[in-house]
Amino acid sequence: MKKIIRILIAKPGLDGHDRGAKYVARALKDAGYEVIYTGIRQTPEAIVKTAIQEDVDFVGLSLLSGAHNELFPKVVRLLREQQAGDIIVFGGGVIPDVDIPQLKVSGIETVFTPGTPIADVIQFIEANRERVSQ
Amino acid sequence: MTDFAERILRGDVRAIARAISWIENNRPEKESLIDELFPHCGNAQVWGITGPPGAGKSTLLDKIIELERGRQKKVAVIAVDPSSPFSGGAILGDRLRMQSHATDEGVFIRSMASRGHLGGVAQATCDAIKVLDAAGFDLIAVETIGVGQTEIEVVELSDLVLLVLVPGLGDEIQAMKAGVMEIGDIFVVNKMDRDGALKLKAEIEYVLGIQFADHPENMKPIVMTAASMNEGIDDLLTAIDGYVAKISQNGSLQDKRKSRLKSEIRQIFTQKVSAHVNRKYDFENRLDEWVDAVYRKKNGPYSLINEKLNLFLRECNWL
Repeated sequence: MKKIIRILIAKPGLDGHDRGAKYVARALKDAGYEVIYTGIRQTPEAIVKTAIQEDVDFVGLSLLSGAHNELFPKVVRLLREQQAGDIIVFGGGVIPDVDIPQLKVSGIETVFTPGTPIADVIQFIEANRERVSQ
Repeated sequence: MTDFAERILRGDVRAIARAISWIENNRPEKESLIDELFPHCGNAQVWGITGPPGAGKSTLLDKIIELERGRQKKVAVIAVDPSSPFSGGAILGDRLRMQSHATDEGVFIRSMASRGHLGGVAQATCDAIKVLDAAGFDLIAVETIGVGQTEIEVVELSDLVLLVLVPGLGDEIQAMKAGVMEIGDIFVVNKMDRDGALKLKAEIEYVLGIQFADHPENMKPIVMTAASMNEGIDDLLTAIDGYVAKISQNGSLQDKRKSRLKSEIRQIFTQKVSAHVNRKYDFENRLDEWVDAVYRKKNGPYSLINEKLNLFLRECNWL
């Protein structure tokens, strides 16, 4: 049996715009993944604890307030501190193109900006299936 | 003892979480792990929390966790939500209501998809409880999927069941029916601020009153709460404490736990026998042929299966 991939969709930061996060969560459910949704205004600490307790394979971070350069890398850093650096972190939301290279350097695997077809997100997860199946 | 089991006994969160995934994915290693942990189980109280969708189970649990943490108890939650019958995926959203405890070291919350298992919990729930029990949690709360009338398996996993109801779902005839309405040890009327809450309480009282007419001392507690407003939670915990004291003293807790083991052992045995026979008989490969025969009305389903099974059992010298 194929392992069922678990994905945490979380919203760090203070904006309450969760439509995108909910849309992605819903679409990933329809693609056959188990999606844990935490709701808005989560601290990086809470996101990391949740990811570990839920033993997820991916964490998807959605943020529209502009604090991504601060909060996205912090999630990766805290995961690594907890020996959970194997969890793949990706981002989404209103992220200026110019910020993306630096986010990738800090360990964000990829960033999906507005208008990304959901098929791209699914393709990204499937491309990493081997990696998370140990 | 393996290093992995030791980490679980020490309460290592990563190991606990990974063990639950092994169980969910039915990895072969899970069996020896559970057997290693099993001698360390039995210290936790297991509470089932069930009720219809939207009754407020998660919100209630959030407040219960708060009070139990105040009493220095370590709390684990298994929150079950349904898997999609179409994609196999799931949205696990119960912990959203409990995220205020996300960074508390004394709280562990795990969302679990039902993965096709009926009965209100997941196949993995029973073994996941053992992992959390061995890891030293004092209280393990199992929140079922939102139930209808027949999803009562939680009763086989827990020391006590909180049945959370809300006004507006029907009259007292609903409360008299068999199934879910029978499995509550403690009835919670949540959203007590809404119209009809007192009426619902009266209806439950009426139905339970008939049931316990000859033994009023066994009458089940009914507690009114408004979880989102943090009202009535103290009363609920008092009722729970009273119930736990009662079942510990009169021996029914031991009976419950023993009958839990009985149904568990029966289930594991049946599963193993069935898997073994299916494999040995190469059932999956013969299935299409059988379906075809029955579809064309060449055989009735019973005569076909009885004939084939008798043949097989004779071959095995079991008949």
